[in-house]
Formats: sequence, C-alpha cells, structure tokens
Amino acid sequence: MIAEFALALLWLAAALALLQLGLGSYALTVRGAQFLPAVRPVAVAQGVLVAVSFALLIVLFVRSDLSVKLVAANSHSLKPLIYKISGTWGNHEGSMLLWITVMGLAGGLIALLERRLNDRTLIATLAGQAFVSLGFYAFLLFASNPFERLNPAPAEGNGLNPLLQDPGLAFHPPTLYIGYVGLSIAFSFAIGAMVTRDVGPTFARAMRPWVLGAWIFLTLGIVAGSWWAYYTLGWGGWWFWDPVENASLMPWLAATALLHSVSVLATRGALKAWTVMLAVVAFSMSMVGTFLVRSGILTSVHAFAVDPERGSFILALLAIYIGGALALFGLRASTVTEGSRFHLFSREGALVMNNVLLVGILGIVLMGTLYPLVTEAFGTKVSVGPPYFNPVSAIFVFPMLVIMAVGPLMRWRQDNGKKLINLMAAPALALAVALALVVLFAGDIAILPLLGLIFAAGLAVASILPLWKRNLRRTPAHIYGMVLAHLGIAVALAGMAAESAFNTEKLVASEIGQTHTVGPWSIELQGIDPIAGPNWTALEARLVTRYGDSATQTVMNPQSRMFSSPPTATSHAALLTRWNGQLYVVLGEEGDDGRWQLRLWWKPFVPLIWYGGLLIGLGGILALVGRTARDLRRKDQPEYEPVAAPADPKPVGGREALA
Amino acid sequence: MPSPMKAKHQRLVLISIAFIGLLAAGLIAAYALRGQASYFYTPGELAAAEVEPGQAIRLGGMVQTGSIKKQADGVTIDFIVEDGKGTVPVRFSGITPALFVEGSGVVAEGRMDRAGFFVADNLLAKHDENYVPREMKDMTSADVKKVAGTVAQP
Repeated sequence: MIAEFALALLWLAAALALLQLGLGSYALTVRGAQFLPAVRPVAVAQGVLVAVSFALLIVLFVRSDLSVKLVAANSHSLKPLIYKISGTWGNHEGSMLLWITVMGLAGGLIALLERRLNDRTLIATLAGQAFVSLGFYAFLLFASNPFERLNPAPAEGNGLNPLLQDPGLAFHPPTLYIGYVGLSIAFSFAIGAMVTRDVGPTFARAMRPWVLGAWIFLTLGIVAGSWWAYYTLGWGGWWFWDPVENASLMPWLAATALLHSVSVLATRGALKAWTVMLAVVAFSMSMVGTFLVRSGILTSVHAFAVDPERGSFILALLAIYIGGALALFGLRASTVTEGSRFHLFSREGALVMNNVLLVGILGIVLMGTLYPLVTEAFGTKVSVGPPYFNPVSAIFVFPMLVIMAVGPLMRWRQDNGKKLINLMAAPALALAVALALVVLFAGDIAILPLLGLIFAAGLAVASILPLWKRNLRRTPAHIYGMVLAHLGIAVALAGMAAESAFNTEKLVASEIGQTHTVGPWSIELQGIDPIAGPNWTALEARLVTRYGDSATQTVMNPQSRMFSSPPTATSHAALLTRWNGQLYVVLGEEGDDGRWQLRLWWKPFVPLIWYGGLLIGLGGILALVGRTARDLRRKDQPEYEPVAAPADPKPVGGREALA
Repeated sequence: MPSPMKAKHQRLVLISIAFIGLLAAGLIAAYALRGQASYFYTPGELAAAEVEPGQAIRLGGMVQTGSIKKQADGVTIDFIVEDGKGTVPVRFSGITPALFVEGSGVVAEGRMDRAGFFVADNLLAKHDENYVPREMKDMTSADVKKVAGTVAQP
C-alpha cells in the first residue's frame, strides 16, 4: 500500500507543478494579476507532497519491502540500517526522486521565505522552477518509476554495491545533489528576472543565499567524494580526473564564478548580463554532470543507469532548458540595463578577471571530459587523464591565484595601487621564503608542485590581509567567510603540491615477521588474521608501525574483504595520520610462496587537501549565515519605506510596490 | 586614462576580455588534447599501429590462459594480452585488482618499452558486477560474454 500511496502523491505533486507553471504564467499577464497570491501556496504544497513521497521510499527501503522492484534490486535484508537508508538514493530512480524532492522543497522555501524580491519576479521564478521540475517529474513517472512492484516478490534482494557501503559515501551523493539542485534554483531566479526584466541588486540578493548554499554543498560533496576515492579505492590517489569527478568539479567552477559575480551585482549593481549568463552556465553544468553520470555513457561505479533511453531523456531535458534559457537571454540581453561602471583596475575588474579564468578552467575540464566521447563517435578510443588536465589547467590556475591574492585588497570602482603595493610585500616575502626552503631542503621537485607550494604560501598570507588593520569585532561574518575560504584554497593547494612532491611509495612481497621501511617509517608484518563483518569476511593484516626513532608503536589493519551479496572483493586500506602526513597501507594477495603483497605510502601533508576543502566549505557557511542574518535584518525596511533597497542604483520606475 | 570609462566602451572591453580568455582556453585545450590524450589499442591494432616507446597508451584485451607468471620479487607479474588478432606481453608491478584472472578482460594503462613489453602502471579489471571498462564494450560478442556476462542489471 505504501508504494501505491507514495506514487499517487508523486503524481499529485507533478500535477501541482503543472498548476504552478500554468497559474504562474497566467498571473504574469495583465488580466491574471489577481492570481499572483495563489502561486506561493501551490509551490509549498508541491514541496511537501514530493518530500512525503521520498520519505515513504526510505520507509520501503528500511522495511526491505522486496515486492517493490527498486528495493529488491538494490537492497538486502541483512544490510546495516544506514546502508538500507542510503540505498534509497544509491540507484537511478531513487536519486532522481531525491533530486526532485530537493527541488520541490527549495521551491516551497522560496515561496515561504522570500519577501524582498518584486512579487512578479518571484512568481516568474516559481513558474520557471515548476517548468524545470516538470521535466524531472515526467522522467520519473514515465521512464523510471521508483515505486514499481515486482510480482512475485523475490525471497532476497540483490544488495548494494559494496564499494558504496561506506559511511562517507552514504552522504556524498545527496550532498552533491543538493548542490546541483541549488544551481537549478539560481537558474530559475535568472529566468524569473529575465522574464520580468528585473535583473538588479535585489534579484542578486535574493539569489545569493541559494548560490552560496549550492556552492557549499558542492564543495563538501567534492571533498567527501575525493576522500572516499582516496581511502576506499586503495590506489593512494585523491583525484583521478575521472569524468564522474569532473562532473562534480564543473558545476563547482561555474558556481564559484557565479558566487563572485552575484556579489558584484548585489553590492555594486554591475555585471548584470554576465551574472545571468553564469547562472545559465552553472545549471547547464549540473545537467551535463547528471547526464554524464546517469546516462550510462560512462561506465563507472556511478553509472547505474546503463540505459540509452534514459540518457537521451536527460539530454533532451538539457537541450530544452538550456536552449530555452539561451533564447530568452538572447531576446532579453539588450533590455538588461547597463550596470554601474568601474575602472578595470578595481575590485570589480579583479573579479571579472577571476571569473574569466574560472570559466576558462571550466572550458578546459569540459573539453577534456567530452573529448573521448566525441572521438569515440568517430571510432577512435582515447582517454584523457592527468597529463592533460594538470598542466593545462595550471596555465589558468596560477594567474587566478595571483588575482585571488590581490583582488580582495583592492577598492571598488577604481584603485590607485599605492596601498596595494605595500600590502603585497608580505605575501611576496612568504612566497620567497617558501621558495628558499623548498630549494634548500627538498632538492629537485617538479615544476608544478614547486609552484603549488610557493603560491600556497603567498596566498595563505595574502588571504588574511583583508583583516589587516580592521576592527576584528566589527568585521562582518561574510568577510571572515571570504578569508577562510581563500585560506582554505591555499591550504588545499599546499596539500596537493606536497602530496605530489614528497610522496614515497614501496611495493613489497613480505614474509610474516619481516620489517620494511618507507620514508621515516618502519613497518613490520606480524600476521594475517581472518575476520568477519555483518555481510563480509576478510583477511586482515597486523602491521606494527613505528615513526623514526619513536618508542610508540601503532598497529594498522588493512583488509581485503569479500562481500557475500553481491559477491565482490574489495581492498580496505588502513590509514595512520600524524600532524605531518599520512601513512597509507594496502594489503594485496598471498603469493604461492606464502609471502603477502603490501603497498606502503608515506604521504607528507596530504590531509591538508581535505582540511583545506573543509575550510572552504566553512567559509561558505560563515558567509551564508552572515549574509542571511544581515538580509533578515534589512528585510523589514521596505515595509516601512515603499522604495527599492538603497543600494539599487536603478530607478524603480512604474513598478508595483515591493512585497 | 579617463575613468570610469564610458558605459558602452566598458561593456565592449569586458566582452573582449572574456572572449579572449575563453578562446585562449579553448585553443590551449585543443592543442594539448592532441598531444596528451592516450589512445586505446587492442593487441591486433597495436601491431599495425606505430606507437613510439614511452608514449602513454591503453591496451585492452583478454588475459591469455596460463600466461600469468609471477616474478621472484613477489610483486611483479608478466602476462599476455590477446584479442584473437595478436598478442602483447605485459609487465605490471603492483597489487592486481581482485577480479584480474586468466581468461578475463583487462585494460592496462602504460607504455611500450624498447624490448616490446607493455609496461603497465595500472590495471583495470572488472571492478564489480556492473562495471566494465568502456573500451571493452566493443569486443567480439564471444569476448563480451566472457568479460561482461553480468553487465546489465536484471
């Protein structure tokens, strides 16, 4: 019964989305204005219904209701509870339902909370969002019904891919999805503002929390995904330029650019058309990402829908949304009023340059990701990996880091450069010191890691400078957010560069009792023990490790696991973290002579990659909280004075009073 | 320099900067892709193609039955990859993927050395029941059955 009820709710929610689109569009016409107030409740109801439907799918998974096809295909009654729940979105249908749920909830939230934006623009936004949702409702209901029954019900489910049975991974997909979907909200805002010709600071301020939120989730999703790849794949790498990873990186790059341009629009009233364009690009990247991951055009652990029909469906949606948005942009671009002017040597100018560089990196990643697909259509199979991505993106990354260091210290409108030169002495010194240290102590390392290390040092110092000579108590939270996020980039960069510069690795076939050294570590294989988990058995190595001359010994237990349902073998690496790096050990197979294969890595400072990533996310959260608190305080103003926010340089014209 | 500039002038400058930046990115990417993309060969194709030793390529085929030989160091293996039209000897040092077995499919990433050995940095074998390296999908149907018998979910 639950499945049928949930499916009915889903149909009802789809009908409400259709109503939201129709009513919203009609309300925007001259005659339909009386319907304007009716759109918000519809959006809220739609959000609630689809959320309940998704909650019911979770219930079905928790109960292991095997008469539902999706549950039977992806769950197993013996699975731990957390993986029963995460199994809900660890498959194509469930993940699409999650997508539409997040969209519905976001629409409902906008309808409930957004009070600053011009009413007509808000309704146009909600209608735009309903339009985007409808495509996904159609996709779910016609091509991937999650509530389909299976008759007769099987005695046991198929289980979930063991690689996905990992606590970090349980939350990685929903995090990324919320980020993707958040960009769809930015897209809807852009559509709404284009429809009502209302691209201005108020629009930017309404859109900013959603862009920030999406960007935070994307950041954390990427950090979690990279961490997951690092310690579950057992390959010792943290980023493989796999198309699926790129599918999450590209929306992040676009969202980062959008985040910065939306700030310029909100505070300075400039970069109007550019911001709208970026909102379209960012959502396009979400759709491209979804297409790459879900269409089955790539085969990886992520591609559960090996079904060309579904791929075509997503591609069609992509074409409709993006084509429509670009057409609308073409029609309306000329009516977007001129933004405030600025000198190129100014904070705005630096942000424009940064935006261009970010979009350039995005283009490089996009081309590298799509190139194999294109050549394959012509019969040539290629793969594109680090030898392309690393050096080519570096051409754009390093100039971007320089601008990141300088930009926040510049004045709006125009900077005379005098103060800037004095301030930049400190980061330049840090860079020089780092260079001297690396040359003196590290010997010869490759050019990219070297540049990475010294730029990280310079950027770390430069990122803190915006706080120089400021009253720290009265500095608003979003400034701290920016400082933290930029510092996070420096920290992550230092980790990446250190990992590739100082990594040491050893591959051995070890007898029991034998001791090996890697970097400063000595590692003794004491024994191999069989152990059992809830749905797997494993061989576990007992490794006693010692750092340098230290008296402390630490036992590490890498495993090679055999899962029963579905039958799969995975390798489970063991990690030992010190302040200055990580020891990473993997157990291989036993040879005919009784020796065991061990792969040992000493990775100095590698955890900085993820600490940096977390700092970036934390910076985003600070900015979001600070901005939202400020906006909420200001929200009351228009109710007392029926004029646009003071920062809006544009005449309000014959527009209706603001809501 | 007059500042701030005239509105139209400024818009033009910004558009030009963006355009030049993106064009540069596109051109650099296109140029680099020609040189850095690593091509995929089957043993039969590799014999016909002239591949420089040291050039990064990927080699895909079946692991010949009875060909896996472990070297004395305990971590290096030699094996032969075949596709019915040719064979290539491969050397790999490392922990082999769990599903790397004789008679099964494999994609090796690496390069040819001067002695005619393919030195692999990485082996991709069947990862789990749903995973098949993309390149293996186009093998002959008999091979596909062996390699990818359980690709599609029921």
